[in-house]
Amino acid sequence: MAPFDLTPLAHTLAYDLIFLAIGLGFGAVLELSGFGDSRKLAAQFYLRDMTVLKVMFTAIVVAAVLVFLASAFELLDFGKVWVNPTFLAPGIVGGLIMGVGFIVGGFCPGTSLVAASTLKIDGIFFVLGVVAGVGLFGESVASFEGFFQSTAMGRFTIPDWLGLPYGVVVVGLVAMALLMFWGAELAEAYFGDRTAWKDIPLWPKPGRKTAAAAVLLGLAVVVALQGQPSVDDRWTWVAETAEAQLQKREIQADPAELVALRQDVTLRVEVLDVRDEADFNRFHLSGARRITRDDARNPAFVRELAAAPDNTIVFVTSNGEADATRVWRTLKAQGVLNLYVLAGGINGWLDRYPPGPCVARKARAPAGKDALAWDFAVAVGDRSPSAHPELPRLEPEPTCADDRAPQAVGQAAGHGLAHGHPAPPPYVKRVKLQKKTVTKGGCG
Amino acid sequence: MGELAAPRVRAPRPYVNPYLGGALLGVVLFLSFFITGNGLGASAAVNHVEVALLKLVSPDHVDRVAYLSEIGGGSRGPLDHPGVFMLLGTFLGGMLSGLANRRFRLETRRGPQVSVRMRWVFALLGGLIMGYGARLARGCTSGQALSGGAVLSVGSFAFMFAVFGGGYALAWFVRRLWN
Repeated sequence: MAPFDLTPLAHTLAYDLIFLAIGLGFGAVLELSGFGDSRKLAAQFYLRDMTVLKVMFTAIVVAAVLVFLASAFELLDFGKVWVNPTFLAPGIVGGLIMGVGFIVGGFCPGTSLVAASTLKIDGIFFVLGVVAGVGLFGESVASFEGFFQSTAMGRFTIPDWLGLPYGVVVVGLVAMALLMFWGAELAEAYFGDRTAWKDIPLWPKPGRKTAAAAVLLGLAVVVALQGQPSVDDRWTWVAETAEAQLQKREIQADPAELVALRQDVTLRVEVLDVRDEADFNRFHLSGARRITRDDARNPAFVRELAAAPDNTIVFVTSNGEADATRVWRTLKAQGVLNLYVLAGGINGWLDRYPPGPCVARKARAPAGKDALAWDFAVAVGDRSPSAHPELPRLEPEPTCADDRAPQAVGQAAGHGLAHGHPAPPPYVKRVKLQKKTVTKGGCG
Repeated sequence: MGELAAPRVRAPRPYVNPYLGGALLGVVLFLSFFITGNGLGASAAVNHVEVALLKLVSPDHVDRVAYLSEIGGGSRGPLDHPGVFMLLGTFLGGMLSGLANRRFRLETRRGPQVSVRMRWVFALLGGLIMGYGARLARGCTSGQALSGGAVLSVGSFAFMFAVFGGGYALAWFVRRLWN
């Protein structure tokens, strides 16, 4: 399924040629549309020639309809398409500055390149100016790094913002563009051709333009009716390989491996606990986040997980493995990377790093499948050495009511893995850190 | 001495219909997303070229400034970026189309009231402002507005309105440049 993973091709001629070919198409179309002529571009701002608006918005709606049509019919995985992350304030300020540069210089960076390539001297000067401006930015950005990184919202689309389906937003976008084109035609007739207002036909004549507009709007409606792939649809794309991995226990990582990863300062380890609140309060790993199965299907939550840095490893755990594996499937389907299940779940964890006997005892018979197999006398949450075996024991284990003597704080345990706990048996390392394949966009 | 034949300058062909041009651009953009997962762009690649030039002059400086070092510090090759090839392609594509349509011609396009030199100065100045703004906004008109707009990024639409807003706000004051 598209987009294709081009990383194996990196540093080969084929890789460079693909981007060269896309650039060729881009440059040729810009030139064909008249974007190599500064006067034509500047005329946009005097409402005489609306070519810039027409070309740009036609391109946006045509590309949007095609992208979401391909996504709706499961030809393109939109999750792997680069969406420019939103940095609202620097984006708006940068945009205003660019608007000034546009009207003063008569180009934007891409169009000036095309102008320069057809020997327009003003284009060549503009390109030199862009190189200088880009250089000036590189030299000065350190002085306002805070503003440059401010209002970061990550991958944030209009459907996310409005809470509407993608197809509905695409229909709205096409309708908005058609309305703008209608206004642009009127503006050109009035300001460009100097036609008297009463002589301008208010409605476009039926013809090729209106037919093309109808086709585009029709395709947008198809996108809306078809809908984007659900989580379950997306699971079918990866089910075969993912189920095989589950069968071979390639994604179930040993508790000792989790402890070792938590000690590695170069990694971020996130533990998602999918048990109910009562069990979570009885005991959970320090730093664990309790989520429900609905959270795992919530786009906002998944977006946050996906936006985590490249060195993040996510573990899902339940009391056993059954619920954790279900959530693992849901998140895996949505493209969360570096996702593992804690082997043996919390029960297995407590077997390996048991709490004191007056905190919890192993139950004779667990209450059911994927139920907590330990009876806790008190709800300790993460206030137990068992919740963070990678740290030295700083707090004493809560004592039994009838036992006045505090339990020994594991001073003697010294440093190293799992303070105060016996060394783990050998285990097979499962975690392989995978880099995100969606890389920065051409302009990012 | 025979009479010198006047050089025949054939008129450039007209530009294509903007809606057709836009539709073609949309298809190119879609293909870019479909094949590579990325949109189109120019300014990031210009940034990489700029850092490559800077590295020739002063590699230590590139290593020391965090923003530059991310692009070309140490053993990183600043030109080892797919956008650089896209930039080269854009240049060649524009040139081929210009040649085919008789628009490949050394000239300066300017407003009727502006001298050639003044146009050059303003082009350089405009480019400088544009280059600075493009990096602040993390993308130019193509990389941020066009590519981000097509995949419905909120920031890209805010950016797009800001560009048009800035242009229209200043257009009246600099009208002598273009009218």
